[in-house]
Amino acid sequence: MIKAVVIDDEPLARMIVSEYLKSYPEITVVHECNDGFEGVKSIAQHKPELIFLDIQMPKINGFEMLELIDEPPAVIFTTAFDEYAIKAFEAHAVDYLLKPFSKERFDKALQKWLGQRQGSQPERTSQALQEHVKQPEERNRVVVKEGNNIRIIPVNEIHYIEAYDDYVKIFTQKEMFLKKKTMSYYEGILEPSQFVRVHRSYIVQLSQITRIEPLEKDTHVASLKTGARIPLSKTGYTKLKNVLGL
Amino acid sequence: MLQTIALRSTFAFGWGVSFADSAVTNLIIAIAGYDMILVMKYYRPRPIIRVAISVGLTFICVFAIHHITLLLISETPEYVSFLDKSLFIRGLYVWLMIALVTALTGLWFAVLEHQEADSRTATAEKLAREAELSRLRQQLQPHFLFNSLNSISALAGSRPEEARKMIHQLSDFFRGTLKKDDQQLISLSEELEHLTLYLEIEKVRFGHRLKTVIECDDAASAMKIPPLLLQPVVENAIKFGLYDTLGETLIGVSVSAEKNYLKIEVANPFDAASAPPRRGTGFGLDSIQRRLSLLYARNDLLTTAQKENIFTTTIRIPQSA
Repeated sequence: MIKAVVIDDEPLARMIVSEYLKSYPEITVVHECNDGFEGVKSIAQHKPELIFLDIQMPKINGFEMLELIDEPPAVIFTTAFDEYAIKAFEAHAVDYLLKPFSKERFDKALQKWLGQRQGSQPERTSQALQEHVKQPEERNRVVVKEGNNIRIIPVNEIHYIEAYDDYVKIFTQKEMFLKKKTMSYYEGILEPSQFVRVHRSYIVQLSQITRIEPLEKDTHVASLKTGARIPLSKTGYTKLKNVLGL
Repeated sequence: MLQTIALRSTFAFGWGVSFADSAVTNLIIAIAGYDMILVMKYYRPRPIIRVAISVGLTFICVFAIHHITLLLISETPEYVSFLDKSLFIRGLYVWLMIALVTALTGLWFAVLEHQEADSRTATAEKLAREAELSRLRQQLQPHFLFNSLNSISALAGSRPEEARKMIHQLSDFFRGTLKKDDQQLISLSEELEHLTLYLEIEKVRFGHRLKTVIECDDAASAMKIPPLLLQPVVENAIKFGLYDTLGETLIGVSVSAEKNYLKIEVANPFDAASAPPRRGTGFGLDSIQRRLSLLYARNDLLTTAQKENIFTTTIRIPQSA
């Protein structure tokens, strides 16, 4: 038996996927989820091989949900998104189905996945998704997992970000969150007038900086409101001066 | 004629001589003036060039007057000497006339051009405003259409009657968005009917989560509102409510009559903890704000407020007495 999970906030949209799947007796829909939170739990619990995933959903979108799963199953996106946005992640999912989709189109996606499953190894979804077109909400917030809880952090609450091996540490007023992302990812999505990469290992929110002082020859250090001290590289210091208009 | 009389009385030339002199002089000036008008009409030269042309024309004129009058009136010696002596004053007179014509035509064309430019700008502004209004009004959400069609597709298999019903609702809704003219105000009750159509469709999609309450006092229902204004506001509230919270989403629409205003309040739940503070009106309300400002030339008709976990959008529609 192949386990599948359907994640969509519209019951009728889930219904049609389940209905189309009836002609695949080897695939069983073990769970239907209303949103990404349920999706994360359900995937952890049922370990499905395949998920059908909507993109626009309550609280966190489909991409953000995938970021929270360590070993994501194969994904078929089901969405009403326009083709342009779709193209960007086309390569990274098994397939995408544009709502409303026909049974023939659905079958094609399933055949594609079943073929991949027979063959070498299923396509990996996780890393490649980093390059998808950003939804506007993803520029305003960061979704992190904290034990079993999912936290949504508005970006203006981020004081600074520090590189940490394959992860980054995201510092807020009182807390620190780990997230498996790269510095350049955040440098790319955060508003450059608000966040500056001041060092190979640091991105800092400008409004948090209270003071900049020289440390040694060519290097400087920035003090934040919380008292944290962030080293500035030579280029980072120049960049900071430019953004501040000094 | 005046010149004829002047020449006759001042210098005591014969009628014939005086008349010939005046006629020639004025004819030449008229030709030069007409030339100048043509120059101004088609080339509109720079001021310095205008002066140069007028001076050049003056020399040509004086030369022509001198020769033509001599040809006509060569038998009167007093006149010949008068002609020689008056050459300078005559030139000055010709030049002044040409300059006057130039200045007047210059002014005339400038005024014409200004008027044309004004009417062009006014037309362009009007067209742009109309185009923008119609675009704002018909800003359909493609998501809404595609997701609704997907729901119909899902219903078609197991509940065909419901699918058919939804097709009719969707058609009625879209037809309602097509025929409305922005300048033509409609009654609030008409707008509420259109809103109800929309809500019925949304409830097929989100019936498990979406609850709506519409309150309208009697005095308000006859008041006027621009068509298709209310539905996008509610659509915005629904999206905001559904995507920002989990579980049941209650959308409240309350309409009341105020002095000279129709007041509409739309409330939706949101999560104050995770939603970043909104800049300006935020979310999808910009196009509503823009429409109101185009229609009423005011920016204070749409306001928003956040209280605890409820986001309220308030719109006030001015009512003409």
